[in-house]
Amino acid sequence: MIIQQQKRKSLFAGKKLIPYLLVSPYLLYVVIFVLFPVIFCFFLTFHKWNIIAPMHFIGINNYTRLIHDRLFWKAIVNTLKFLLLHIPLQILLSLSLAELLNRKIRAISFFRGSFFLPVIVSGVVVTILWQQLLGYDAGLLNRLLEKCGIGKIGWLVNPDLAIYSIAIMATWKNIGLYIILFLVGLQTVPTQYYEAAKLEGASRWQQFYHITLPMINPTIFMVVILSTIGGFSLFIEPYIMTGGGPLNQTLSAVLYIYKQAFQYYNMGYSATLGFFYAMMIMTVVLLQKRLIEKEH
Amino acid sequence: MKAFKFSIREGIVYMILIVAAISFIYPFIWMIGAAFAPMHEIEKMTIWPLHPDWNNFRSMIEKIPIGRSLVNSLLVAAITTSLVMVTGSTVGYALAKMHFKGRKLIFYVIVFTMSLPFQITLIPNYITMVNLHLVDTFFALVIPFAVSAFAILMFRQAFQGLPQALIDAARMDGCNEWGIIFKILWPNIKPTLVTVAILTFIGSWNEVLWPLIVIRDEKLMTMPQLVTLFAVGGRADSQLGVKIAAAVLLALPVMIAFLFFQKHFIQSMASTGLKD
Repeated sequence: MIIQQQKRKSLFAGKKLIPYLLVSPYLLYVVIFVLFPVIFCFFLTFHKWNIIAPMHFIGINNYTRLIHDRLFWKAIVNTLKFLLLHIPLQILLSLSLAELLNRKIRAISFFRGSFFLPVIVSGVVVTILWQQLLGYDAGLLNRLLEKCGIGKIGWLVNPDLAIYSIAIMATWKNIGLYIILFLVGLQTVPTQYYEAAKLEGASRWQQFYHITLPMINPTIFMVVILSTIGGFSLFIEPYIMTGGGPLNQTLSAVLYIYKQAFQYYNMGYSATLGFFYAMMIMTVVLLQKRLIEKEH
Repeated sequence: MKAFKFSIREGIVYMILIVAAISFIYPFIWMIGAAFAPMHEIEKMTIWPLHPDWNNFRSMIEKIPIGRSLVNSLLVAAITTSLVMVTGSTVGYALAKMHFKGRKLIFYVIVFTMSLPFQITLIPNYITMVNLHLVDTFFALVIPFAVSAFAILMFRQAFQGLPQALIDAARMDGCNEWGIIFKILWPNIKPTLVTVAILTFIGSWNEVLWPLIVIRDEKLMTMPQLVTLFAVGGRADSQLGVKIAAAVLLALPVMIAFLFFQKHFIQSMASTGLKD
Protein backbone atom coordinates (compact mmCIF):
# COMPACT_ATOMS: atom_id res chain seq x y z
CA MET A 1 0.00 0.00 0.00
CA ILE A 2 2.72 2.44 1.01
CA ILE A 3 4.91 1.36 -1.82
CA GLN A 4 2.05 1.85 -4.23
CA GLN A 5 1.43 5.31 -2.86
CA GLN A 6 5.08 6.17 -3.18
CA LYS A 7 5.15 4.90 -6.69
CA ARG A 8 2.14 6.99 -7.58
CA LYS A 9 3.74 9.99 -5.93
CA SER A 10 6.99 9.65 -7.82
CA LEU A 11 5.07 9.10 -11.02
CA PHE A 12 3.13 12.25 -10.26
CA ALA A 13 6.29 14.16 -9.54
CA GLY A 14 7.75 12.86 -12.77
CA LYS A 15 4.67 13.99 -14.66
CA LYS A 16 5.05 17.42 -13.17
CA LEU A 17 8.63 17.58 -14.36
CA ILE A 18 7.85 16.65 -17.95
CA PRO A 19 6.83 20.13 -19.16
CA TYR A 20 10.00 21.61 -17.69
CA LEU A 21 12.02 18.90 -19.37
CA LEU A 22 10.34 19.76 -22.66
CA VAL A 23 11.07 23.49 -22.37
CA SER A 24 14.58 22.95 -21.01
CA PRO A 25 16.29 23.41 -24.40
CA TYR A 26 14.87 26.89 -24.58
CA LEU A 27 15.72 27.70 -20.96
CA LEU A 28 19.31 26.61 -21.53
CA TYR A 29 19.49 28.58 -24.73
CA VAL A 30 17.99 31.75 -23.27
CA VAL A 31 20.36 31.70 -20.29
CA ILE A 32 23.52 30.99 -22.30
CA PHE A 33 22.88 32.93 -25.48
CA VAL A 34 20.55 35.75 -24.43
CA LEU A 35 20.46 36.50 -20.72
CA PHE A 36 24.14 36.03 -19.95
CA PRO A 37 25.32 37.90 -23.09
CA VAL A 38 23.09 40.90 -22.36
CA ILE A 39 24.40 41.16 -18.80
CA PHE A 40 27.97 40.46 -19.89
CA CYS A 41 27.65 43.05 -22.66
CA PHE A 42 26.60 45.66 -20.12
CA PHE A 43 29.51 44.60 -17.88
CA LEU A 44 31.95 44.89 -20.79
CA THR A 45 30.89 48.45 -21.52
CA PHE A 46 32.80 49.53 -18.39
CA HIS A 47 35.98 47.71 -19.34
CA LYS A 48 38.88 47.85 -21.70
CA TRP A 49 39.77 44.43 -23.02
CA ASN A 50 41.61 42.96 -25.99
CA ILE A 51 40.67 39.35 -25.06
CA ILE A 52 44.29 38.32 -24.35
CA ALA A 53 45.40 40.75 -21.62
CA PRO A 54 43.37 41.01 -18.38
CA MET A 55 40.31 43.25 -18.33
CA HIS A 56 40.68 46.84 -17.15
CA PHE A 57 37.89 48.68 -15.40
CA ILE A 58 37.67 52.12 -17.00
CA GLY A 59 34.37 53.46 -15.69
CA ILE A 60 32.30 55.27 -18.28
CA ASN A 61 35.23 55.96 -20.59
CA ASN A 62 33.76 53.81 -23.32
CA TYR A 63 30.58 55.86 -23.25
CA THR A 64 32.37 59.21 -23.43
CA ARG A 65 34.47 57.82 -26.23
CA LEU A 66 31.29 56.76 -28.06
CA ILE A 67 29.81 60.25 -27.74
CA HIS A 68 32.91 61.78 -29.33
CA ASP A 69 33.45 59.05 -31.90
CA ARG A 70 32.81 60.84 -35.19
CA LEU A 71 33.17 57.63 -37.16
CA PHE A 72 30.45 55.88 -35.19
CA TRP A 73 28.01 58.76 -35.70
CA LYS A 74 28.91 58.80 -39.35
CA ALA A 75 28.06 55.11 -39.50
CA ILE A 76 24.71 55.83 -37.86
CA VAL A 77 24.01 58.67 -40.28
CA ASN A 78 24.98 56.40 -43.18
CA THR A 79 22.55 53.77 -41.94
CA LEU A 80 19.80 56.39 -41.62
CA LYS A 81 20.54 57.68 -45.14
CA PHE A 82 20.25 54.11 -46.34
CA LEU A 83 16.85 53.73 -44.65
CA LEU A 84 15.64 57.09 -45.95
CA LEU A 85 15.86 55.86 -49.53
CA HIS A 86 15.32 52.15 -48.92
CA ILE A 87 11.98 52.27 -47.06
CA PRO A 88 9.98 54.61 -49.35
CA LEU A 89 11.41 52.98 -52.47
CA GLN A 90 10.63 49.53 -51.11
CA ILE A 91 7.03 50.41 -50.32
CA LEU A 92 6.42 52.26 -53.58
CA LEU A 93 7.82 49.55 -55.84
CA SER A 94 6.59 46.49 -54.00
CA LEU A 95 3.08 47.90 -53.58
CA SER A 96 2.92 48.89 -57.27
CA LEU A 97 4.07 45.47 -58.44
CA ALA A 98 1.71 43.72 -56.01
CA GLU A 99 -1.16 45.84 -57.32
CA LEU A 100 -0.24 44.82 -60.87
CA LEU A 101 -0.12 41.17 -59.88
CA ASN A 102 -3.42 41.34 -57.99
CA ARG A 103 -5.57 40.46 -60.99
CA LYS A 104 -6.00 37.59 -63.40
CA ILE A 105 -2.49 37.30 -64.72
CA ARG A 106 -1.17 34.58 -66.95
CA ALA A 107 2.05 32.98 -65.75
CA ILE A 108 1.64 34.63 -62.35
CA SER A 109 3.88 32.05 -60.73
CA PHE A 110 6.63 32.94 -63.22
CA PHE A 111 6.43 36.61 -62.27
CA ARG A 112 6.19 35.92 -58.55
CA GLY A 113 9.07 33.49 -58.79
CA SER A 114 11.34 35.88 -60.66
CA PHE A 115 10.67 38.71 -58.21
CA PHE A 116 11.33 36.33 -55.35
CA LEU A 117 14.60 34.85 -56.63
CA PRO A 118 16.90 37.48 -55.03
CA VAL A 119 15.16 37.03 -51.67
CA ILE A 120 16.31 33.46 -51.17
CA VAL A 121 19.77 33.83 -52.70
CA SER A 122 22.59 34.76 -50.32
CA GLY A 123 23.37 38.45 -49.89
CA VAL A 124 26.94 37.53 -50.79
CA VAL A 125 25.84 36.47 -54.28
CA VAL A 126 23.66 39.54 -54.77
CA THR A 127 26.47 41.84 -53.67
CA ILE A 128 29.07 40.26 -55.96
CA LEU A 129 26.57 40.47 -58.80
CA TRP A 130 25.73 44.13 -58.22
CA GLN A 131 29.37 45.02 -57.89
CA GLN A 132 29.65 44.10 -61.55
CA LEU A 133 26.41 45.83 -62.53
CA LEU A 134 27.46 49.07 -60.84
CA GLY A 135 31.10 49.06 -61.94
CA TYR A 136 32.30 52.44 -63.20
CA ASP A 137 33.97 51.49 -66.47
CA ALA A 138 32.68 48.05 -67.30
CA GLY A 139 29.42 47.97 -65.32
CA LEU A 140 26.27 47.04 -67.18
CA LEU A 141 24.33 50.04 -65.90
CA ASN A 142 26.93 52.58 -66.98
CA ARG A 143 27.18 50.96 -70.41
CA LEU A 144 23.44 51.32 -70.81
CA LEU A 145 23.54 54.93 -69.61
CA GLU A 146 26.38 55.74 -71.98
CA LYS A 147 24.42 54.30 -74.89
CA CYS A 148 21.49 56.51 -73.90
CA GLY A 149 23.85 59.48 -73.92
CA ILE A 150 23.56 60.17 -70.19
CA GLY A 151 27.13 59.29 -69.34
CA LYS A 152 28.76 57.32 -66.57
CA ILE A 153 27.65 57.54 -62.97
CA GLY A 154 30.00 56.75 -60.09
CA TRP A 155 27.57 54.42 -58.35
CA LEU A 156 30.08 53.07 -55.88
CA VAL A 157 32.99 55.50 -56.29
CA ASN A 158 31.10 58.74 -55.72
CA PRO A 159 31.09 59.25 -51.91
CA ASP A 160 27.75 61.05 -51.97
CA LEU A 161 26.08 58.33 -53.98
CA ALA A 162 27.52 55.01 -52.77
CA ILE A 163 25.21 54.41 -49.80
CA TYR A 164 22.16 55.10 -51.99
CA SER A 165 23.42 52.63 -54.58
CA ILE A 166 23.59 50.04 -51.82
CA ALA A 167 20.05 51.01 -50.77
CA ILE A 168 18.82 50.40 -54.31
CA MET A 169 20.53 47.02 -54.35
CA ALA A 170 18.95 46.09 -50.99
CA THR A 171 15.55 47.08 -52.34
CA TRP A 172 16.10 44.86 -55.37
CA LYS A 173 17.08 41.99 -53.10
CA ASN A 174 14.12 42.14 -50.71
CA ILE A 175 11.31 43.39 -52.90
CA GLY A 176 9.96 39.92 -53.69
CA LEU A 177 9.14 39.28 -50.05
CA TYR A 178 7.29 42.56 -49.69
CA ILE A 179 5.39 42.00 -52.94
CA ILE A 180 4.07 38.76 -51.45
CA LEU A 181 3.14 40.47 -48.16
CA PHE A 182 1.30 43.21 -50.05
CA LEU A 183 -0.43 40.63 -52.26
CA VAL A 184 -1.73 38.88 -49.15
CA GLY A 185 -2.85 42.26 -47.81
CA LEU A 186 -4.55 43.26 -51.07
CA GLN A 187 -6.44 39.99 -51.20
CA THR A 188 -8.02 40.67 -47.81
CA VAL A 189 -9.82 43.74 -49.20
CA PRO A 190 -13.41 42.62 -49.90
CA THR A 191 -14.29 42.97 -53.60
CA GLN A 192 -17.70 44.38 -52.69
CA TYR A 193 -16.01 47.61 -51.66
CA TYR A 194 -14.62 48.11 -55.13
CA GLU A 195 -17.94 47.19 -56.75
CA ALA A 196 -19.78 49.72 -54.59
CA ALA A 197 -17.17 52.38 -55.41
CA LYS A 198 -17.46 51.59 -59.11
CA LEU A 199 -21.23 52.08 -58.94
CA GLU A 200 -20.64 55.48 -57.41
CA GLY A 201 -18.34 56.34 -60.29
CA ALA A 202 -15.02 56.31 -58.44
CA SER A 203 -11.96 56.20 -60.68
CA ARG A 204 -9.32 53.51 -60.29
CA TRP A 205 -6.98 55.94 -58.56
CA GLN A 206 -9.77 57.05 -56.20
CA GLN A 207 -10.52 53.43 -55.41
CA PHE A 208 -6.87 52.81 -54.63
CA TYR A 209 -6.57 55.91 -52.47
CA HIS A 210 -9.82 55.59 -50.51
CA ILE A 211 -10.25 51.81 -50.25
CA THR A 212 -7.00 49.96 -50.88
CA LEU A 213 -4.60 52.21 -49.01
CA PRO A 214 -6.52 52.37 -45.70
CA MET A 215 -7.21 48.62 -45.84
CA ILE A 216 -3.57 47.63 -46.32
CA ASN A 217 -2.22 50.10 -43.76
CA PRO A 218 -1.21 47.25 -41.39
CA THR A 219 0.87 45.69 -44.17
CA ILE A 220 2.58 49.01 -44.90
CA PHE A 221 3.54 49.39 -41.25
CA MET A 222 4.78 45.83 -41.12
CA VAL A 223 6.96 46.47 -44.17
CA VAL A 224 8.30 49.66 -42.54
CA ILE A 225 9.25 47.78 -39.36
CA LEU A 226 10.74 44.76 -41.16
CA SER A 227 12.85 46.91 -43.46
CA THR A 228 13.92 49.14 -40.58
CA ILE A 229 15.25 46.14 -38.65
CA GLY A 230 16.82 44.78 -41.84
CA GLY A 231 18.41 48.13 -42.64
CA PHE A 232 19.91 48.50 -39.18
CA SER A 233 21.60 45.11 -39.69
CA LEU A 234 23.33 46.23 -42.89
CA PHE A 235 26.73 44.52 -42.97
CA ILE A 236 27.72 42.14 -45.73
CA GLU A 237 26.85 44.49 -48.61
CA PRO A 238 29.30 47.26 -47.67
CA TYR A 239 31.78 44.68 -46.33
CA ILE A 240 32.12 43.09 -49.76
CA MET A 241 31.36 46.01 -52.06
CA THR A 242 33.19 48.97 -50.61
CA GLY A 243 34.72 47.91 -47.29
CA GLY A 244 32.95 50.95 -45.87
CA GLY A 245 34.46 53.41 -48.34
CA PRO A 246 34.70 55.71 -50.20
CA LEU A 247 35.61 58.11 -47.37
CA ASN A 248 33.69 55.91 -44.90
CA GLN A 249 30.45 56.95 -46.58
CA THR A 250 29.15 53.37 -46.71
CA LEU A 251 30.45 52.34 -43.30
CA SER A 252 27.41 50.81 -41.60
CA ALA A 253 27.06 50.64 -37.83
CA VAL A 254 27.33 46.83 -37.75
CA LEU A 255 30.41 46.94 -39.97
CA TYR A 256 31.97 49.47 -37.58
CA ILE A 257 31.15 47.32 -34.54
CA TYR A 258 32.66 44.33 -36.35
CA LYS A 259 35.81 46.28 -37.20
CA GLN A 260 36.25 47.56 -33.64
CA ALA A 261 36.04 43.99 -32.31
CA PHE A 262 37.85 41.93 -34.91
CA GLN A 263 40.29 44.33 -36.52
CA TYR A 264 41.30 46.46 -33.54
CA TYR A 265 40.35 43.98 -30.79
CA ASN A 266 38.61 46.64 -28.70
CA MET A 267 36.13 44.19 -27.15
CA GLY A 268 34.94 46.55 -24.43
CA TYR A 269 34.40 49.45 -26.79
CA SER A 270 32.80 47.27 -29.43
CA ALA A 271 30.40 45.88 -26.82
CA THR A 272 29.55 49.45 -25.82
CA LEU A 273 28.74 50.29 -29.43
CA GLY A 274 26.64 47.14 -29.77
CA PHE A 275 24.80 47.83 -26.54
CA PHE A 276 24.05 51.42 -27.47
CA TYR A 277 23.09 50.52 -31.02
CA ALA A 278 20.71 47.76 -29.90
CA MET A 279 19.02 50.17 -27.49
CA MET A 280 18.67 52.64 -30.32
CA ILE A 281 17.11 50.08 -32.64
CA MET A 282 14.65 48.97 -29.98
CA THR A 283 13.66 52.58 -29.33
CA VAL A 284 13.11 53.31 -33.01
CA VAL A 285 11.05 50.16 -33.55
CA LEU A 286 9.05 50.81 -30.38
CA LEU A 287 8.34 54.38 -31.52
CA GLN A 288 7.21 53.07 -34.89
CA LYS A 289 4.89 50.59 -33.19
CA ARG A 290 3.49 53.33 -30.93
CA LEU A 291 2.79 55.52 -33.94
CA ILE A 292 0.98 52.64 -35.61
CA GLU A 293 -1.18 52.01 -32.56
CA LYS A 294 -2.05 55.71 -32.44
CA GLU A 295 -3.07 55.65 -36.07
CA HIS A 296 -5.54 52.84 -35.54
CA MET B 1 -14.63 49.20 -78.14
CA LYS B 2 -14.76 48.28 -74.49
CA ALA B 3 -12.91 45.05 -75.11
CA PHE B 4 -10.23 46.94 -77.00
CA LYS B 5 -9.65 49.42 -74.17
CA PHE B 6 -9.41 46.58 -71.71
CA SER B 7 -6.74 44.81 -73.70
CA ILE B 8 -4.60 47.96 -73.94
CA ARG B 9 -4.60 48.28 -70.18
CA GLU B 10 -3.79 44.60 -69.90
CA GLY B 11 -0.99 45.02 -72.42
CA ILE B 12 0.57 47.77 -70.35
CA VAL B 13 0.34 45.68 -67.19
CA TYR B 14 2.09 42.78 -68.89
CA MET B 15 4.74 45.03 -70.34
CA ILE B 16 5.62 46.49 -66.94
CA LEU B 17 5.65 43.04 -65.36
CA ILE B 18 7.87 41.61 -68.08
CA VAL B 19 10.36 44.48 -67.83
CA ALA B 20 10.40 44.04 -64.05
CA ALA B 21 10.86 40.28 -64.32
CA ILE B 22 13.76 40.74 -66.75
CA SER B 23 15.46 43.13 -64.35
CA PHE B 24 15.33 40.42 -61.70
CA ILE B 25 16.29 37.43 -63.82
CA TYR B 26 18.75 38.91 -66.30
CA PRO B 27 21.53 39.58 -63.75
CA PHE B 28 21.42 35.94 -62.64
CA ILE B 29 21.53 34.62 -66.19
CA TRP B 30 24.39 36.98 -66.99
CA MET B 31 26.19 35.77 -63.89
CA ILE B 32 25.95 32.13 -64.92
CA GLY B 33 27.16 33.02 -68.41
CA ALA B 34 30.03 35.09 -67.05
CA ALA B 35 31.19 32.20 -64.88
CA PHE B 36 31.91 30.27 -68.08
CA ALA B 37 33.41 33.20 -69.97
CA PRO B 38 37.09 33.90 -70.58
CA MET B 39 38.27 37.17 -68.98
CA HIS B 40 38.09 39.36 -72.07
CA GLU B 41 34.51 38.29 -72.76
CA ILE B 42 33.13 39.06 -69.29
CA GLU B 43 33.71 42.74 -69.81
CA LYS B 44 31.44 42.73 -72.84
CA MET B 45 28.49 41.89 -70.57
CA THR B 46 26.90 39.73 -73.25
CA ILE B 47 24.33 37.29 -71.98
CA TRP B 48 26.20 34.16 -73.05
CA PRO B 49 29.93 33.80 -73.78
CA LEU B 50 31.05 33.00 -77.33
CA HIS B 51 33.73 30.59 -76.15
CA PRO B 52 32.50 29.09 -72.89
CA ASP B 53 34.93 26.98 -70.84
CA TRP B 54 35.46 25.63 -67.33
CA ASN B 55 38.64 27.60 -66.65
CA ASN B 56 37.10 29.90 -64.01
CA PHE B 57 35.81 26.93 -62.05
CA ARG B 58 39.09 25.10 -62.45
CA SER B 59 41.21 27.95 -61.08
CA MET B 60 38.69 28.51 -58.27
CA ILE B 61 39.03 24.89 -57.16
CA GLU B 62 42.80 25.30 -57.22
CA LYS B 63 42.68 28.44 -55.08
CA ILE B 64 40.07 27.71 -52.41
CA PRO B 65 38.56 24.54 -50.87
CA ILE B 66 35.16 25.32 -52.35
CA GLY B 67 33.98 21.70 -52.48
CA ARG B 68 34.76 21.24 -48.84
CA SER B 69 32.94 24.46 -47.93
CA LEU B 70 29.89 23.17 -49.81
CA VAL B 71 29.90 20.02 -47.67
CA ASN B 72 30.43 22.15 -44.53
CA SER B 73 27.53 24.42 -45.36
CA LEU B 74 25.24 21.48 -46.13
CA LEU B 75 26.19 19.74 -42.88
CA VAL B 76 25.79 22.85 -40.74
CA ALA B 77 22.45 23.76 -42.32
CA ALA B 78 21.12 20.19 -42.06
CA ILE B 79 22.13 19.70 -38.43
CA THR B 80 20.91 23.15 -37.39
CA THR B 81 17.58 22.55 -39.10
CA SER B 82 17.09 19.16 -37.44
CA LEU B 83 17.88 20.59 -34.01
CA VAL B 84 15.57 23.56 -34.49
CA MET B 85 12.74 21.23 -35.55
CA VAL B 86 13.18 19.05 -32.46
CA THR B 87 13.68 21.82 -29.89
CA GLY B 88 10.98 23.97 -31.49
CA SER B 89 8.52 21.07 -31.29
CA THR B 90 9.14 20.08 -27.69
CA VAL B 91 9.06 23.64 -26.37
CA GLY B 92 6.15 24.61 -28.61
CA TYR B 93 4.21 21.52 -27.51
CA ALA B 94 4.74 22.22 -23.81
CA LEU B 95 3.62 25.82 -24.28
CA ALA B 96 0.58 24.86 -26.33
CA LYS B 97 -0.74 21.74 -24.63
CA MET B 98 0.58 21.50 -21.08
CA HIS B 99 -0.19 23.38 -17.90
CA PHE B 100 2.70 24.29 -15.65
CA LYS B 101 3.95 27.14 -13.56
CA GLY B 102 5.83 29.75 -15.55
CA ARG B 103 4.28 28.87 -18.87
CA LYS B 104 3.08 32.41 -19.52
CA LEU B 105 6.37 33.88 -18.38
CA ILE B 106 8.34 31.69 -20.77
CA PHE B 107 6.03 32.69 -23.59
CA TYR B 108 6.59 36.39 -22.93
CA VAL B 109 10.34 35.87 -22.64
CA ILE B 110 10.31 34.19 -26.05
CA VAL B 111 8.38 37.05 -27.62
CA PHE B 112 10.71 39.56 -25.99
CA THR B 113 13.93 37.83 -27.04
CA MET B 114 12.66 37.79 -30.61
CA SER B 115 12.65 41.57 -30.66
CA LEU B 116 16.10 41.84 -29.10
CA PRO B 117 18.57 43.07 -31.74
CA PHE B 118 21.43 40.65 -32.35
CA GLN B 119 23.99 43.45 -32.14
CA ILE B 120 23.84 43.31 -28.35
CA THR B 121 24.68 39.60 -28.05
CA LEU B 122 27.18 39.41 -30.91
CA ILE B 123 30.39 40.24 -29.05
CA PRO B 124 29.49 38.40 -25.78
CA ASN B 125 28.49 35.28 -27.74
CA TYR B 126 31.83 35.33 -29.50
CA ILE B 127 33.54 35.53 -26.11
CA THR B 128 31.43 32.60 -24.88
CA MET B 129 32.66 30.61 -27.87
CA VAL B 130 36.25 31.53 -27.00
CA ASN B 131 35.79 30.50 -23.37
CA LEU B 132 34.16 27.19 -24.29
CA HIS B 133 37.03 26.55 -26.75
CA LEU B 134 34.53 26.26 -29.58
CA VAL B 135 36.15 28.73 -31.96
CA ASP B 136 37.12 26.89 -35.14
CA THR B 137 34.75 23.99 -34.52
CA PHE B 138 31.45 23.04 -36.11
CA PHE B 139 29.78 23.40 -32.71
CA ALA B 140 30.28 27.17 -32.89
CA LEU B 141 28.25 27.24 -36.10
CA VAL B 142 25.45 25.02 -34.85
CA ILE B 143 24.88 25.43 -31.10
CA PRO B 144 23.96 29.14 -31.02
CA PHE B 145 21.32 28.42 -33.68
CA ALA B 146 19.98 25.13 -32.28
CA VAL B 147 16.99 26.82 -30.65
CA SER B 148 14.87 29.33 -32.49
CA ALA B 149 12.25 31.53 -30.85
CA PHE B 150 10.50 31.87 -34.18
CA ALA B 151 10.28 28.09 -34.66
CA ILE B 152 8.92 27.66 -31.13
CA LEU B 153 6.15 30.16 -31.77
CA MET B 154 5.33 28.51 -35.12
CA PHE B 155 5.08 25.07 -33.51
CA ARG B 156 3.12 26.41 -30.55
CA GLN B 157 0.56 27.91 -32.87
CA ALA B 158 0.32 24.77 -34.98
CA PHE B 159 -0.12 22.52 -31.91
CA GLN B 160 -2.76 24.83 -30.46
CA GLY B 161 -4.84 24.21 -33.54
CA LEU B 162 -4.90 20.43 -32.93
CA PRO B 163 -7.66 18.82 -30.80
CA GLN B 164 -6.78 17.69 -27.27
CA ALA B 165 -8.58 14.40 -28.01
CA LEU B 166 -5.74 13.39 -30.34
CA ILE B 167 -3.29 13.65 -27.43
CA ASP B 168 -5.60 11.99 -24.89
CA ALA B 169 -6.19 9.03 -27.18
CA ALA B 170 -2.47 8.57 -27.70
CA ARG B 171 -1.84 8.78 -23.97
CA MET B 172 -4.49 6.09 -23.35
CA ASP B 173 -2.56 3.87 -25.74
CA GLY B 174 0.48 4.35 -23.51
CA CYS B 175 2.29 6.76 -25.74
CA ASN B 176 4.83 9.03 -24.00
CA GLU B 177 5.17 12.74 -24.72
CA TRP B 178 8.05 12.18 -27.12
CA GLY B 179 5.94 9.76 -29.14
CA ILE B 180 2.94 12.07 -29.02
CA ILE B 181 4.91 14.97 -30.45
CA PHE B 182 6.82 13.19 -33.18
CA LYS B 183 4.57 10.26 -34.11
CA ILE B 184 1.06 11.55 -33.49
CA LEU B 185 1.21 15.33 -33.88
CA TRP B 186 3.93 15.83 -36.50
CA PRO B 187 2.01 14.17 -39.33
CA ASN B 188 -0.80 16.66 -38.65
CA ILE B 189 1.26 19.83 -39.01
CA LYS B 190 3.10 19.21 -42.25
CA PRO B 191 2.81 22.81 -43.55
CA THR B 192 4.46 24.10 -40.36
CA LEU B 193 7.22 21.49 -40.63
CA VAL B 194 7.92 22.56 -44.20
CA THR B 195 7.92 26.25 -43.30
CA VAL B 196 10.25 25.89 -40.32
CA ALA B 197 12.56 23.57 -42.24
CA ILE B 198 12.86 25.84 -45.26
CA LEU B 199 13.35 29.03 -43.25
CA THR B 200 15.92 27.51 -40.92
CA PHE B 201 17.84 25.85 -43.72
CA ILE B 202 17.96 28.98 -45.87
CA GLY B 203 18.80 31.14 -42.86
CA SER B 204 21.65 28.84 -41.88
CA TRP B 205 22.88 28.48 -45.45
CA ASN B 206 22.99 32.25 -46.00
CA GLU B 207 24.40 33.22 -42.59
CA VAL B 208 27.75 34.89 -43.03
CA LEU B 209 28.49 37.36 -40.20
CA TRP B 210 28.69 34.68 -37.47
CA PRO B 211 30.94 32.28 -39.43
CA LEU B 212 33.24 35.22 -40.24
CA ILE B 213 33.60 35.73 -36.50
CA VAL B 214 34.03 32.19 -35.15
CA ILE B 215 35.76 30.32 -37.99
CA ARG B 216 39.32 31.12 -39.09
CA ASP B 217 40.36 27.73 -40.38
CA GLU B 218 39.74 27.59 -44.12
CA LYS B 219 38.86 23.89 -43.95
CA LEU B 220 35.91 24.58 -41.65
CA MET B 221 34.53 27.61 -43.45
CA THR B 222 31.01 27.70 -44.78
CA MET B 223 30.46 28.50 -48.41
CA PRO B 224 29.17 32.09 -48.10
CA GLN B 225 32.06 32.86 -45.75
CA LEU B 226 34.69 31.39 -48.03
CA VAL B 227 33.25 33.16 -51.07
CA THR B 228 33.10 36.44 -49.15
CA LEU B 229 36.72 36.23 -48.01
CA PHE B 230 37.73 35.19 -51.51
CA ALA B 231 35.89 38.18 -52.98
CA VAL B 232 37.33 40.77 -50.59
CA GLY B 233 40.68 39.15 -49.87
CA GLY B 234 42.36 40.05 -53.11
CA ARG B 235 42.99 36.49 -54.21
CA ALA B 236 40.29 36.79 -56.87
CA ASP B 237 40.89 40.39 -57.79
CA SER B 238 42.84 39.80 -60.93
CA GLN B 239 40.27 37.29 -62.11
CA LEU B 240 36.72 38.53 -62.10
CA GLY B 241 35.46 35.33 -63.67
CA VAL B 242 36.71 33.23 -60.76
CA LYS B 243 34.87 35.43 -58.28
CA ILE B 244 31.67 35.13 -60.29
CA ALA B 245 32.09 31.38 -60.60
CA ALA B 246 32.25 31.19 -56.80
CA ALA B 247 29.07 33.26 -56.54
CA VAL B 248 27.35 30.93 -59.02
CA LEU B 249 28.28 27.85 -57.00
CA LEU B 250 26.96 29.54 -53.87
CA ALA B 251 23.67 30.48 -55.52
CA LEU B 252 23.05 27.28 -57.45
CA PRO B 253 21.84 24.90 -54.68
CA VAL B 254 19.30 27.45 -53.44
CA MET B 255 18.17 28.32 -56.94
CA ILE B 256 17.63 24.67 -57.85
CA ALA B 257 15.67 24.04 -54.65
CA PHE B 258 13.63 27.15 -55.36
CA LEU B 259 12.84 25.95 -58.88
CA PHE B 260 11.25 22.78 -57.49
CA PHE B 261 9.60 24.09 -54.33
CA GLN B 262 8.80 27.66 -55.32
CA LYS B 263 5.34 27.66 -53.76
CA HIS B 264 6.60 26.34 -50.41
CA PHE B 265 9.46 28.82 -50.35
CA ILE B 266 7.24 31.81 -50.98
CA GLN B 267 4.59 30.73 -48.48
CA SER B 268 7.22 30.10 -45.81
CA MET B 269 9.04 33.37 -46.29
CA ALA B 270 5.78 35.31 -46.30
CA SER B 271 4.86 33.79 -42.93
CA THR B 272 7.94 35.38 -41.30
CA GLY B 273 6.31 38.70 -41.90
CA LEU B 274 2.79 37.62 -41.08
CA LYS B 275 3.42 35.94 -37.76
CA ASP B 276 3.68 39.02 -35.63
